[in-house]
Amino acid sequence: MVDIAFGPDRGPKPEPGTLRDSYLQQVQRRRLYGGLLLLLFVVLMASGFRMAEDRNAGGFLDGLPMLGAFPAEVLSEAWEKRAEVPALAISYLPSLIETLNIAAVATLLGALAAMALALLSTRGLARWPRATGIFRRLMDALRAVPEIVVALVLIFILGGGPIPAVIAIALHTAGALGKLFSEVAENADLKPVEGLTSVGAGWTQRMWLGVLPQVAPNWISYALLRFEINVRASAILGFVGEGGIGHELKLAMQWGQGRYDQVVAIFLMLFLTIALIDRLSDRFRTRMVKG
Amino acid sequence: MASLDAALIDDISSRFIRRRLVALALPALVLAYLVYAALSFDVAGLAARARLDNAAILLSDFWNYKTHVTRNNRSGALTVAVEGEAKGTYPAGKLPDWVTVQGAVTTIDLGRGHIVTYDDAGARYVVPGYGTIDIRPEGDRLALTAPEPLPDWLSVSDTRISVKTDAGRFNYTRSKVETFRYQPGWELFFFTLDSPFHDRSWGELAALALWGDRVDSARPNILAMLHDVWTNKMWRHADVAWAIFETMLMAFLGSFGAALVALPLGFLAASNMMPLRALRFALRRVFDFIRGVDGLIWTIILSRAFGPGPMTGALAILITDTGSFGKLFSEALENIDEKQVEGVRSTGAGALLRARFGVIPQVTPVLLSQVLYYLESNTRSATVIGAIVGGGIGLMLTQAIITQKDWEEVAYYMVLIVLMVMLMDTISGWLRRRLIRG
Repeated sequence: MVDIAFGPDRGPKPEPGTLRDSYLQQVQRRRLYGGLLLLLFVVLMASGFRMAEDRNAGGFLDGLPMLGAFPAEVLSEAWEKRAEVPALAISYLPSLIETLNIAAVATLLGALAAMALALLSTRGLARWPRATGIFRRLMDALRAVPEIVVALVLIFILGGGPIPAVIAIALHTAGALGKLFSEVAENADLKPVEGLTSVGAGWTQRMWLGVLPQVAPNWISYALLRFEINVRASAILGFVGEGGIGHELKLAMQWGQGRYDQVVAIFLMLFLTIALIDRLSDRFRTRMVKG
Repeated sequence: MASLDAALIDDISSRFIRRRLVALALPALVLAYLVYAALSFDVAGLAARARLDNAAILLSDFWNYKTHVTRNNRSGALTVAVEGEAKGTYPAGKLPDWVTVQGAVTTIDLGRGHIVTYDDAGARYVVPGYGTIDIRPEGDRLALTAPEPLPDWLSVSDTRISVKTDAGRFNYTRSKVETFRYQPGWELFFFTLDSPFHDRSWGELAALALWGDRVDSARPNILAMLHDVWTNKMWRHADVAWAIFETMLMAFLGSFGAALVALPLGFLAASNMMPLRALRFALRRVFDFIRGVDGLIWTIILSRAFGPGPMTGALAILITDTGSFGKLFSEALENIDEKQVEGVRSTGAGALLRARFGVIPQVTPVLLSQVLYYLESNTRSATVIGAIVGGGIGLMLTQAIITQKDWEEVAYYMVLIVLMVMLMDTISGWLRRRLIRG
């Protein structure tokens, strides 16, 4: 304390001039490194973009003026037939509901699996503490497989329909949510669990009564966020594979001119649904987490 | 306990009852929904639609390959080809050792006593424990001689006879006779049949690579080997490597491009940076719109303008993520510590300098870690977007699945995709940890 109050007395005092010089030198070196890193990044971006452009069917500058052409064409045709668009939109309601159902069921099943996986892989809560590593790797693997891979293979085995998409999305959801759930569960207070242990509760009871009430708000919030993501995923899977509004969109797009009113109707439905779900889940999540 | 009044006790116990009901109602609701979904998805009809034989083919194809031994019954020409592909055809003098040709008689040893013989009269298949299946064409029909009763793995019609056993499959039609032999492994994975290095053991290959005589006098063996692997026509390693690279490139360009676009926009949409309320509001709605329209629709619009390819995919990711990043960045900017900005302001710095020295150093770790998180998840989306716009490994995967025969290639691509995603996950996780630690 004394040393600090009276300043260092041992060793030579640094000259104010050299101190400033060395500081400036340091700053310069930092800026040089930062600049070089930035340069490297810019070069990488530029060359990567050039490479991607070379391998593309159409160039960037050639395509830029065309960017508006397709939406304009679609919209103008839809504008001519604007009277029919609401009726068309309603006729696509069943496939929209199918897409939403795929997402909801997949989120539910995935979240249920994620709950089990998360509890089994969280230190301090795991049923078999030695096996936590196995369950973690399992979640990593589930997360790493893109949904489209599972969906396309399952379409081959199970035939068309929504079930391949459900399974594909659910598997991915189990991995992604499991990791987030387990991060939440790690921060859970262990005292209720200890209390339950002291009265002889089994593992399931400890988790159900001791951990779940603590983590439920965060878990539900993450699950809702995942539901938003899964609605999009289910629309995309429909486009690539089968089922739901994505598939209808693909059919209408393939037909091309003459069915653009359908394209617009589907666009509208999809956009409104996604925006609505975003809004609702945003509001609900803030209420959940902030209490 | 006695001091609690009765009303309070009643209140508490009625609350408990209500809670318990809610706790029961929620699972019941979930269950009811799942039952409804099962009905609307026609789960019961799944059993009828499911093709378990397809599953069996798929699973065995994942780790098996088959060699076709085909004789054209009109010309008598014999071809032995891996997966029946022209690229995998054995040259005439170098048939595998289980196929022997003596004049017009071809003998195929399927192992475990299963022997198939093609000769001028027709073909014979000796199945151990059953007997000999003898087929000879008679005019327009095929005459079959086989021990009665015919088993169900032997299907017979006037024009086609097929046999399916554990050792392999055999088909006889008027125009050709073919035998499929299944063997474990991914044949020709490294060297195709036209390569001088085909059919050598690992030891021989190592010896050749390190000190053996040059097979091709123009270049060292190890380069020749690498060249042969790289240009392998069955597995197309060069194309696959390019496709993987393209997919990662799409994710990289998309994520970082979106970050570059979203950074200035984020400044303009943050309430503590941008005094104009109307502009802020407008920008936020633009972000919402971009996110709401969804990647799928952007992908479609862009591929109409730019045609298929990786740049289209990168731009699709870029646009979609600009919406997300704009929102995230502006929120991060609103949560900064104002003291540093104040300090820079006290030296008389203008808005640009304040942003550069007061704000950027604070938010960089947060923003970069968000970008890296998206980079990892975009690697996965780039696979899907690649399947739509026609670029990268996603395209190769969907093509391989649509042909419904090269399942070993599907398995190969799946493994590669998982490895690629895990690699990106590791890299971005490592970078994020370094950033957070500082």
